[in-house]
Amino acid sequence: MSIRNILDKMEPHFHKGGKYESWYALFEAADTIFYTPGSVTKTASHVRDGVDLKRIMILVWLCTFPAIFAGLYNVGYQANTAMAGMGLTEAEGWRGAIAGALTGFDASSIWDNMIHGAVYWLPIYAVTFVVGGFWEVLFAMKRGHEVNEGFFVTSILFALILPPSVPLWQVALGISFGVVIGKEVFGGTGKNFLNPALAGRAFLFFAYPAQMSGDAIWTAVDGFSGATPLGLAAAGGVDNILANNVTWMDAFLGQLQGSVGETSTLAIMLGGAVLLVAKVASWRIVAGVFGGMVGMTILLNIIGSDTNPLFAMPFYWHLVLGGFAFGMFFMATDPVSASMTNTGKLYFGALIGIMVVLIRVVNPAFPEGMMLAILFGNLFAPLIDNFVIQANIKRRMSRNVS
Amino acid sequence: MEQYISLAIRAIFVENMALAFFLGMCTFLAISKKVSTAIGLGIAVIVVLAITTPLNNLLYNGLLREGALAWAGYPEVDLSFLGYISYIGVIAAIVQILEMVLDKFFPALYSALGVFLPLITVNCAIMGAALFMVERDYNFGESIVYGVGAGVGWALAIAALAGIREKLRYSDVPDGLRGLGITFITVGLMSLGFMSFSGVQL
Repeated sequence: MSIRNILDKMEPHFHKGGKYESWYALFEAADTIFYTPGSVTKTASHVRDGVDLKRIMILVWLCTFPAIFAGLYNVGYQANTAMAGMGLTEAEGWRGAIAGALTGFDASSIWDNMIHGAVYWLPIYAVTFVVGGFWEVLFAMKRGHEVNEGFFVTSILFALILPPSVPLWQVALGISFGVVIGKEVFGGTGKNFLNPALAGRAFLFFAYPAQMSGDAIWTAVDGFSGATPLGLAAAGGVDNILANNVTWMDAFLGQLQGSVGETSTLAIMLGGAVLLVAKVASWRIVAGVFGGMVGMTILLNIIGSDTNPLFAMPFYWHLVLGGFAFGMFFMATDPVSASMTNTGKLYFGALIGIMVVLIRVVNPAFPEGMMLAILFGNLFAPLIDNFVIQANIKRRMSRNVS
Repeated sequence: MEQYISLAIRAIFVENMALAFFLGMCTFLAISKKVSTAIGLGIAVIVVLAITTPLNNLLYNGLLREGALAWAGYPEVDLSFLGYISYIGVIAAIVQILEMVLDKFFPALYSALGVFLPLITVNCAIMGAALFMVERDYNFGESIVYGVGAGVGWALAIAALAGIREKLRYSDVPDGLRGLGITFITVGLMSLGFMSFSGVQL
């Protein structure tokens, strides 16, 4: 008896009038884990394509894996290095106990670093998945739509943009806000206008700034305080970063303080390249973000400033620091909240690129700007589309009249 | 020159009338269903603000503030308690004139704005700009820049909201939240995005 048979046998109970009618969403979710959905388009003309939402979402999910492993290694590396610096050999708490039982705390061992990072990140991801999944399924059951694979992407992205030391109840609160207010009140995947992962992250950022920004949160060791390179740059420019033994190559490979998934630009580019080749992420958005960032940075370099050393930071540093690369490849390219038209995507990307540099450089309140820049871009994405469409209509009208 | 630019940027983004101070909410929520109408209303607000804020500034500095009547021989008179009623009077008069001009020259926009053009009179954003101008003691030049900036910021916000609401027409909002409810949530999320400017020192 195959799984297909078991599922087929159970199915009638979940249809309208069946015993477990209200649980249909869960059944459907379990079914599509094993098999491709059997429903096909029945109306007139439609395009045949092997690519469906499920495949796209799973691909994005897989593409974050290089960033995850690089991030895990880095979280452990930072923590173990900090512990060695403070003369600790045992980490505190239940996480330290688990890591200690499996392995040691040697910063030169890849395995030790990975495990130490994993005991911090895996609970975050588990909480994200369970709590977010609860809301997703609840809304699916009550509102009669299907549980969508988009949640895989939202949950992994959300877990990757948190600092490693974030308390788990805040993780639960943040993903609840992101899924419910950011997405489900609008009707679920594809109907929201903000990226739900970013909405949840921004909510936490403004509600609990003590655990979300500052010097003491980026390394998973109690009592250790180390500024992120962007914080260092705000204080003294690129020279200050270099003075703290972070080279450009370190930043590119991902050995610096930061949120779990955003540190290694190289690993993010690996995943991002797959997304671009598979045409899941729009190259126009990525090009727009990059172009906007480079243009704005060069402009600020030319203007210069005597009091603000960030004005002089070159663009290749902006690229590798903070969440820029992660946001550019994984966040800004979210097809739901970005602009839909091809021309609009370029403008949308450029707006984000310009905003991120502006927030980083001009706004002293926030050292990092990628999250807020993308949210800001999301707000104007529909308006940009509107203008592009209006311009197209106008052009065609004038073409036909003459 | 530099202070004017920084004042304009502050008025447009950092202290956005709609999304940082939540002023002018009634029209902001009611006329944001279509981008074209929203832009029309936004332009109307810019024009009204650009005219009334400097006018109120003249009124305040020339007649109302303490000691302003010194030229008439009453240096100890303080008429600032008449502020609210005189500002609103100026605003009402300007809006009436604007309405007649629109009716005469832009009938399409006039009919699109409908009853909401007179409502600009009581739009808190307009009154708010006048009161902020008094509170912060702007001079005449600054009040022009501030009026235009505040208007542009409000227009930008309502245009963005209208864009989002046009997109949300395809969404599937729970019954209890349809209409104004989801719009309130949308505006809340928008102001989250505009928080990116909070803390900018210019």
